[in-house]
Amino acid sequence: MTSSSKNNAPLLTWFATSMVVLWLLIAIGPFIWTVWGSFKVEGDFFSKADWRNAIYGVMTIVETGGSYTGNGYYGAWIEEEFWFNVFNTTVVVFFTVTISLTMGTLGGYALARSGFRYAFWLLILALIFRAMPHITLVSGYLLPFFEWNVWGKLSTTIVVLVAINQPFTLWMLHSFFLNIPKDMDESAMVDGCTRFQAFRHVIIPVMWPGVITTGLFSFLLAYNDFAITSMLLSSENQTMVPRIASFLGSVREQGNVMFAVAAVVSAIVPLFFLVLFFQRQIVSGLTAGAVKG
Amino acid sequence: MLLFIALPIASVVVQSLFVQHEQVMIEVENCGPFKCETVIQADPDATAALRESAPLGKYNALKTYTNRNHLAFDELGDIWSTSETFFGFVGGVYNLPFYKALFFTLTYTFLVAPSVLILGLFIALGVNRLPELVKGPTIFASLLPMIVTPLIGSLILFWMVDADGIIGATLQLIFNNPDLSLKASAPLTWIMLIIYGIWHSTPFAFVVFYAGLQTVPSDTLEAAQIDGASRWQRVRFVIVPYMMPLAIFILLMQLMDGLRVFEPIVGFSASAKATSLSWIIFNDLFGNAKLYGSAAATSMLTIIFVCIILTPVLIRTWRDFNRKGI
Repeated sequence: MTSSSKNNAPLLTWFATSMVVLWLLIAIGPFIWTVWGSFKVEGDFFSKADWRNAIYGVMTIVETGGSYTGNGYYGAWIEEEFWFNVFNTTVVVFFTVTISLTMGTLGGYALARSGFRYAFWLLILALIFRAMPHITLVSGYLLPFFEWNVWGKLSTTIVVLVAINQPFTLWMLHSFFLNIPKDMDESAMVDGCTRFQAFRHVIIPVMWPGVITTGLFSFLLAYNDFAITSMLLSSENQTMVPRIASFLGSVREQGNVMFAVAAVVSAIVPLFFLVLFFQRQIVSGLTAGAVKG
Repeated sequence: MLLFIALPIASVVVQSLFVQHEQVMIEVENCGPFKCETVIQADPDATAALRESAPLGKYNALKTYTNRNHLAFDELGDIWSTSETFFGFVGGVYNLPFYKALFFTLTYTFLVAPSVLILGLFIALGVNRLPELVKGPTIFASLLPMIVTPLIGSLILFWMVDADGIIGATLQLIFNNPDLSLKASAPLTWIMLIIYGIWHSTPFAFVVFYAGLQTVPSDTLEAAQIDGASRWQRVRFVIVPYMMPLAIFILLMQLMDGLRVFEPIVGFSASAKATSLSWIIFNDLFGNAKLYGSAAATSMLTIIFVCIILTPVLIRTWRDFNRKGI
């Protein structure tokens, strides 16, 4: 906080720093461990005899000749056709984010400019959807979807994900558009723009920060979802996360836990880069709710 | 949008009132070489046809809610009248699936939420003292457990605490007990799930608190310092009250997330030892025997339950919002 308080208490500084370091170990240690272990064989990853085996890869050298092996990745991506699930995830995530952002920007802009105080109701809706376990909604969707014969398709899942995401997206973008001064589009309209032209030429250039933040959270929801995708997708159409869960059932018996480990690491990588590049937006998005709500 | 909110809930309500059709029974006369006898046997074709024509099943009113797998009023009464001590009663209730799940869900929620708050605040205070240069990477690393898919995060920890994994093996060494397995005992499974919950949610509390710390007015802090407040007193009487709204926000989010805990149970394969409300629904719907009625009844109970817990918060938000509006 202040510079004076930093210098006069070495003990406290030491304590605080060590606590942060400990936290960092707890937070990121498991990831490093798993990523490192995914290049080993199972005997090393679950090395009961000596935990250092997992670091140096003793069994890996015995079994494959090198201290690193891509067998887990080969098995998961090629043999178990994990690439197809990755492709499905890409499709689902891409369309969910695009559709919910399009609807969110247009709807959020309209609601923000309409004058009536929608914010509260949007907030309540977003809260209710946040609180409701998604699986309760899925249990309502499932039977009608079977009846209409739309179960198991990627498009159905996308629609459901968009619907679940929409109150949150609308609320985020609505409060974001409220912060853009009304004068801007009004002056554009005085200059002869129609409402839509004002949106197109004035609002779109300045709205990107809010859209990116909202888009990130839509992405995370679609990417991380397990309850909806596992219930609504048939096994040929599975996305990554339910596929990894089904690995657990089949893979453990075949003695190829490493396939699952490799698949898990593959699924973490995009998230890792996401946090790396968009850290600021994620933080601002997380805190926006706290400050405004 | 209303379509997608109102319809599934309505659909759940309707479904919860029905149960699956029983097998259609027909009387068949089996004639052997000596005598004919009449047997009653299931008729799969008729059953299939009936299920086809009325997929909801037959009307069951509120009976699904009160059967053994849900609210179990009859069983509750039995246990109440047969068990002598209070603990005997609790033990009996715990064996009913719905109450077992409810019990775990509540324990999880009310242990994880406060720990997350306290831990998050301390980490935020600690990170705030770090030099600027390392703050960025620290926040980056802290965000990971939260951003990563819950199922995947729990799998990673699950492999580490496996009896052959690094933490599991180390624990066996420490307690000198080669049969120690975190998966085998119910209390240890609960502890494992709760630790996972804390690991998963602390970053959220940390980030919110950290952002809040940046806005604490330095005048107030300096004033407190001049008045002779110690460092601890400054945290206790200036920072903590200032953070109160944020703490309530985090608490609310944690309550919501705790009540729908589900993925870790799948990830840790802990369903034999610990079930949650969401998991019961998932289990009813998964696989071939789709028990829509049962799942829908549990869903309704969950929704009602969430509403009860959230009502005070919603009323509070409503009041705040009106105050702000005026």
